[in-house]
Amino acid sequence: MIDRRALLKQSGAAFAMLGAASAFAPLRALADTVTLPFGNGERPLGKYPQKRPMIVMTSRPPQLETPFSVFNDGAITPNDAFFVRYHLAGLPLDIDPDTFTLEVKGKVDKPLKLKLAELKAMPSVEVVAVNQCSGNSRGFFEPRVAGGQLGNGAMGNARWKGVPLKAVLDRAGVQAGARQVTFNGLDTAIVDKTPDFVKALDVDQARNGEVMLAYGMNGQDLPFLNGFPLRLVVPGYYGTYWVKHLNEITVIDSVFDGYWMKTAYRMPDNDCNCTEPGTPPKSTVPIGRFTVRSFITSVANGAKVAAGRPVVLKGIAFDGGTGIKQVAVSIDGGLSWLPAKLGQDLGKYSFREWQLPVTLTAGPHELKVRATSNGGQTQPMKPLWNPAGYLRNVVETVNVTAA
Amino acid sequence: MKRSTLLPLAVLAASILGAGIAAVSAKPITYTLPDETAAFKPGPNLEVVQGNCGSCHSADYVITQPQGPAFKKAFWEAEVTKMIKIYAAPIDEADVPKIVDYLVQNY
Repeated sequence: MIDRRALLKQSGAAFAMLGAASAFAPLRALADTVTLPFGNGERPLGKYPQKRPMIVMTSRPPQLETPFSVFNDGAITPNDAFFVRYHLAGLPLDIDPDTFTLEVKGKVDKPLKLKLAELKAMPSVEVVAVNQCSGNSRGFFEPRVAGGQLGNGAMGNARWKGVPLKAVLDRAGVQAGARQVTFNGLDTAIVDKTPDFVKALDVDQARNGEVMLAYGMNGQDLPFLNGFPLRLVVPGYYGTYWVKHLNEITVIDSVFDGYWMKTAYRMPDNDCNCTEPGTPPKSTVPIGRFTVRSFITSVANGAKVAAGRPVVLKGIAFDGGTGIKQVAVSIDGGLSWLPAKLGQDLGKYSFREWQLPVTLTAGPHELKVRATSNGGQTQPMKPLWNPAGYLRNVVETVNVTAA
Repeated sequence: MKRSTLLPLAVLAASILGAGIAAVSAKPITYTLPDETAAFKPGPNLEVVQGNCGSCHSADYVITQPQGPAFKKAFWEAEVTKMIKIYAAPIDEADVPKIVDYLVQNY
């Protein structure tokens, strides 16, 4: 069933082929497909402008997954490999950065209309932060649930550059009694009455100095499909809040009741944010921070590795913003655990690389990895379940054979 | 203000990076999406599905959903109902059973 090795081979070939071509080569469909390791997991690899071949979950609107081998290349996910997730098919395909305007309105003393150049003239800040789709890894849920059937590639880590949202809100002057701030982008629905994609943060979070209006990503402008020319960056929080093509910020004196907050992107309101598999929650709250996760990136499931001499296992770990305290690796299916060496600390919101040399005896081995955050959270050995397919963070297993 | 010194630096940085579309040089950008490749399977009521479902999203939204005995009539009825009630899809009532039948038969 599991076919990640074939996946890696195929995507590697596709990269080599496209690496030689110009980024502006004529568009064409790639014949290659990949098979994610769950039922009905076959996906085409597709080439989009500004992107390398990506796993195409859907094409209209585009939802593109990062080929997993990219995560072994370093802690920063390149812009051309960063995942893409839209909700509505009305993409703003023509954008003029000279006339693009961010509007700040609602319960503010001084409504603003800011050009991109005005935002770029304000003092800038940078943060390295993971963005991850709420439904990353949904395809692995058992029982399966409706929604985007993602593997593990709807996540990425970038150095974001922009202006603190606080600075812009302070310039507008948030009025007493403000409760939330809503964020809307240029993307629109095809049908007028489809709820527009609008998200909200509590006013205190919006003014915490970390939430950012980002125009830069890894030293370049945002790629179009990642929200050019301006997106919200909410470090530690699921990607649903990271509104793309952001052009409208509204301060309100109530709790926003739009569909994408009130009905969608909610999780069970209990300690585990989970339910008995197959059952609905009693009550829900809006999704928030990432759960702690870790991955082995240097060997794929089903791989053959050398027996009797050291093999360096590598991977990444991250959480919702306390930072990674420890990564432990098991080479015996979870019976015993070895501490991995953590890589460079790029900040508490970043992927943290880890590595560990292990020597495997000849035969099959079940490798596992488990991270613990500075906040004391760790990963469950058995997957938690919720009907929307969010928050997956089970201890990951990679089966290899040493010979 | 600082802007007069910052802006040329930004332009310089952009030209060094040679980011093409991403350059700060502030030309309007036009993004071209590649052609869709996913298609619904042929079968009775295909045109009803293409006309209704396909007007807002590509076929892969349907094709990639979980399959098997647990994902038949109740599953597809719930999905079509969600499209109408939540996303305001303008689907004629008479088309609903045709769409559900097609989906149950083919996915």
